[in-house]
Amino acid sequence: MMDLAIKLNGVKKKYRFFTLDNIQLRVPQGQIMGLIGPNGAGKSTTIRILMGLVHQDQGEVQVLGHRMPAEQVAAKWDIGFASDDMRLYDSMTLEWHMRFIRFVYPQWDSAYAQLLLKRFGLREEQKIKGLSHGQRVKATLLLVLARRPRLLVLDEPTTGLDPVARHEILRELTAVMSDEGRSILFSSHNTQDIEQISDQITFIDRGRIIDSMDKETYLDRWRRLRLEVPAGVELPALPGIINIRQNGRLAIATANVFVPDLANAYENSGARVQSIENMTLEEIFVANVEHSREEVGV
Amino acid sequence: MHDSFVISQSDKRPIYLQIMEQIKRRISVGDWSEGQPIPSIRQLAVDLQVSVITVKRAYLELEREGVIVTQQGKGSRVAPNPGLGMRLQEQELRKHLEQAIRLSALLGLQPEELEGRLREACDDAAAKERE
Repeated sequence: MMDLAIKLNGVKKKYRFFTLDNIQLRVPQGQIMGLIGPNGAGKSTTIRILMGLVHQDQGEVQVLGHRMPAEQVAAKWDIGFASDDMRLYDSMTLEWHMRFIRFVYPQWDSAYAQLLLKRFGLREEQKIKGLSHGQRVKATLLLVLARRPRLLVLDEPTTGLDPVARHEILRELTAVMSDEGRSILFSSHNTQDIEQISDQITFIDRGRIIDSMDKETYLDRWRRLRLEVPAGVELPALPGIINIRQNGRLAIATANVFVPDLANAYENSGARVQSIENMTLEEIFVANVEHSREEVGV
Repeated sequence: MHDSFVISQSDKRPIYLQIMEQIKRRISVGDWSEGQPIPSIRQLAVDLQVSVITVKRAYLELEREGVIVTQQGKGSRVAPNPGLGMRLQEQELRKHLEQAIRLSALLGLQPEELEGRLREACDDAAAKERE
């Protein structure tokens, strides 16, 4: 059994207009988990619960072996958390912040911090209020990374960044993974980021987890089949096909549990399979959200 | 060391296939020779800035194809197999054929017609050789 960096079991949190329900989440140590979902899906609430910032109504939360929120003080020693609403002190310099964090966390790695300053194009003497959005995000991340925590929890680390800054951050996150003892959980709307660097994917929509599994298995299950449907041929309903759009003699079927037999079944029905295509995570994202909303009849 | 690996997001193929193809290319041009150790999964993931699980998948598939061998605790090497280059070229050929099949489907050609075109192309190539 692999060590788990994060384990959530049956977690529930009810608000007046939103409920996070029956959240099961497992992040194996040494891996990157990407949390994906539309705005308001419950990504940030999930992150706040596992950080102990919001207390769940029900369910079990364990982070690095510590029960949350009860043992959050011990857990946070080894967790680096960054989110957009974390405020740095505007009138203070980046150097002041670095000294402060080093004071609190003796494991602070000064050499690594200097390296990150260079890689991120930041200067210690800069005051926070003079930083651009991208520089602020990078400064926050630097303060977290240089502590070398065993677990990084990042809420939308790449949102609003230009491509160069995004690339710099993804590079640092993947570099962290050269150490098998470390793990990352991050949320994003950017499906490309998640497709590129995460080992595990969790899809959240409307307060529920739709899917959670390793990325390769997940991407491999989805396919788009382009079909030619001769006159008089009726496409059969097949398991694993979540959507068919037909226009004249051409049809596109979307499979979320693809097996080669699906193609054979279409061929046997008299249709011709023109191509079987892989889907990007972005395409899967849209198809999946639409499908899950149809199922619950929204 | 892996500067020439390029993972493209405009490439329609999954990232693990892109990694497999680029490793095969390295081997077929002779940059990576038989029996040579190749980067660990984690190292290549860091270098390419992709997830560990994706590189792991690429290595597993390459192992299944007999292109590399992995020994527990000792890492991976290029397989010691003289027929390797041939097989890589076989795969290359197969890929081109698949591409031709895709294009001919777009043009609405039946398999027989594609066969005819291939024969024509072979004859043309042979005629050029004789010139």
